[in-house]
Amino acid sequence: MTETTGSQAMSLQKDQEFLTFTLGEENYALDILTVKEIRGYESVTKIANAPPFIKGVINLRGDIVPIVDLRIKFNVGQATYDEFTIVIVLHIHNRIVGIVVDGVSDVVSLNKDQLRPPPDFGVAFDSRYLLGLATINEQMIILVDINELISSEEMGLFSSHENDVA
Amino acid sequence: MSIDMKQFHSVFFDESQEHLDEMEHLLLDLNTEDPDAEELNSIFRAAHSIKGGSGIFGFDALGSVTHIMESLLDKVRQGKLAINPSMVDLFLSSVDVLKGILDSYKSGNDIDWLSANKICERLESVTQPKEVEPEIEGFGLFVEPEIDVEDGFGFFGDPLLPSQEDAYGFFDEEIVPVSKPSRKTKKAPAKQNPSEQKNSTGEISNQALAPASESITENTSATISEKEALLKEVASAPVTKTKTTDGTASENSSIRVDVTKVDQLINLVGEIVITQSMLNLIGKSIDGALGEKFQSVAAELERNTREIQEAVMSIRMLPVSFVFNRFPRVVRDLSTKLGKSIDLIIEGGDTELDKGLTEKLVDPLTHLVRNSIDHGIESNELRADRNKNPTGKVILKAAQQGGSIVISISDDGGGLNREKILAKAREKNIPIGDSPSDSEVWQLIFAPGFSTAAQITDVSGRGVGLDVVKRNVQSLGGRIDIESQEGLGATFTIRLPLTLAIVDGMCVSVGNQTFIIPLVNIVESMQPLKKDIKTLVGDDQLLLVRDQYWPILPLYKAMQLEPQFTEPHQGIAVLIEANKHRFALFVDGLVGQQQVVIKSLEQHYKRVQGVAGATIMGDGSVALILDVESLAVSAAPNSLQQAS
Repeated sequence: MTETTGSQAMSLQKDQEFLTFTLGEENYALDILTVKEIRGYESVTKIANAPPFIKGVINLRGDIVPIVDLRIKFNVGQATYDEFTIVIVLHIHNRIVGIVVDGVSDVVSLNKDQLRPPPDFGVAFDSRYLLGLATINEQMIILVDINELISSEEMGLFSSHENDVA
Repeated sequence: MSIDMKQFHSVFFDESQEHLDEMEHLLLDLNTEDPDAEELNSIFRAAHSIKGGSGIFGFDALGSVTHIMESLLDKVRQGKLAINPSMVDLFLSSVDVLKGILDSYKSGNDIDWLSANKICERLESVTQPKEVEPEIEGFGLFVEPEIDVEDGFGFFGDPLLPSQEDAYGFFDEEIVPVSKPSRKTKKAPAKQNPSEQKNSTGEISNQALAPASESITENTSATISEKEALLKEVASAPVTKTKTTDGTASENSSIRVDVTKVDQLINLVGEIVITQSMLNLIGKSIDGALGEKFQSVAAELERNTREIQEAVMSIRMLPVSFVFNRFPRVVRDLSTKLGKSIDLIIEGGDTELDKGLTEKLVDPLTHLVRNSIDHGIESNELRADRNKNPTGKVILKAAQQGGSIVISISDDGGGLNREKILAKAREKNIPIGDSPSDSEVWQLIFAPGFSTAAQITDVSGRGVGLDVVKRNVQSLGGRIDIESQEGLGATFTIRLPLTLAIVDGMCVSVGNQTFIIPLVNIVESMQPLKKDIKTLVGDDQLLLVRDQYWPILPLYKAMQLEPQFTEPHQGIAVLIEANKHRFALFVDGLVGQQQVVIKSLEQHYKRVQGVAGATIMGDGSVALILDVESLAVSAAPNSLQQAS
């Protein structure tokens, strides 16, 4: 477990880099160290008995990688797929997972001082998966604890017993 | 120096393990009344090799036990000592002790000196009564002058060595002179005179020590003193002679490779296969002369890739006898313990199986064999009552059938008792149908905590296990079936895929997606006629094929897809047989037959019911490989249960 979860990382005073992305009208950010690559959305192979936000699997250079649409999961924005739809491929707990977002915007550097505690309501995400809020260029950015979120039981991406080890 | 030696440890451990296995195997086969000289020699050599190695690396416990074994064996093979069953038993327990010691060295645990010393004493006591020259305890026989000249290990009696030293104290100290190479690691009084050493080395090679290629003496000969070298001359001769008969050949023709390297190679070849089929696809769309040229080259490439693939896969293949060879011992021990006389018959030991599979087969097979002996074979008295041959028979058989390996464990014992199992199932509140078929009843014994053994023995009967056996087999992608006839015996059949990495499959399409059905499971494919499709209560449909009704399972429903066709007669019915489940899988169409590389879906996602894995198609898209068995169970349990 060399991968520290976001919350632990946040306790560091050092600046940390985040990748910001949009879901509908909202701006989110995730730890850039978890990002493997960013690619366009391509057709997926559907998987039976999966929740609707799990779009299916793709072939990522020989790896079979599940694709999750966060817009469907958190019911923000329109889940449309076109040439501009973006997939952020994440590397979490030795797993590769792709998340569909409306767009990626920027890489920002943040430190603890810029962070405000997460609100209890008002965002699509459960506050468990939030690290906090930050303001950049007068825009509110919601910092997502992507490790927690992706490996959460709610996402159903990992089998439950693996969560114990993870 | 010690660091340098460490890197050889794992090789030594592996080799010793093999030698021990071989020794055990040979001992079990040994005919005590008329022992085969070559077999005795082989056992002796195995002991000798371990002794030599342990001497070099300073594994004293191994060295001392093997040394005594070796001495004893030497006498046996020279006919100075008649071998008897109790000696074989003793040797076998020595092998066990050695295995324990080896494991301790391997894992860095403390050595069980107590059992090591005990076995040494027991081994010694065998020679004791035959003492010729009482003043030299224990190893008196070695000092008999004629051995000196005739045989290598007569050197104990060499006048240069005070014979008294050879007696008891010898496990702790005198082990060193026996395995001379160990001078390197242990007190080495030998290195006094470089020129002398030179001489001695020269002499050794002159004395044709070289053919003993595997013998450690060569490598270390530079450190052996002249005196020892002289002894070695005498010593090496007979050893060399026997060694070359079979030792060198296998030594030169195989290398030890880290399994991960092989796996990496297999993965890469898998990628090549995918790339190659992509190329093929592109090639088909090129027209004209260039296209033809391309296609002929692509065909060549295809052949080559296939050959590479086969060659690489065969690296991982091991004969199943690697697993089977341990069973004579298991059977021997158990039958003695239980007082049953049992013949173990092994067939098809040369059937090859993926290494990964063989390793994981050990536990389930051991369990099933024990099960057969403990529960299957009746006691001698009962067998006599039933007019059966008093000696029970357990048959362990392996064979390749198409793309799978079938391993069966049969016994001619009492068979499974249907009533007992049903009663037990009721007692355990395991749900059962009203009139379950035999095979359904037999499957009940795989339920966790299920045991009908009247008496709990330390062999089996606790009901832990058979469920684990089933789980293990399933985790290997295999199935386990039972056939049993009351009073005549039972057969457990394990079906396993030949390899875990590649499957021959039929590509079928449903909607816009492609699925792979393992070819092993397909009976035939057909376009069903409307008149042959019958409806059962509700939505269930049956397909009549040659007087047999097959329940229809629409894949689009199981996979929640939008199909091209919703009526079975519009599409294709693929008749599928898997572990007694038979059904007709209704798909939109057949795409073609293809060999696919199995990719894990679980690596980045989780297990999906009805899906065994995924593969990457020629166009780079992902297709799911169906697990027809779990598909049958999950999709339509009712109609399928009836059909089975």
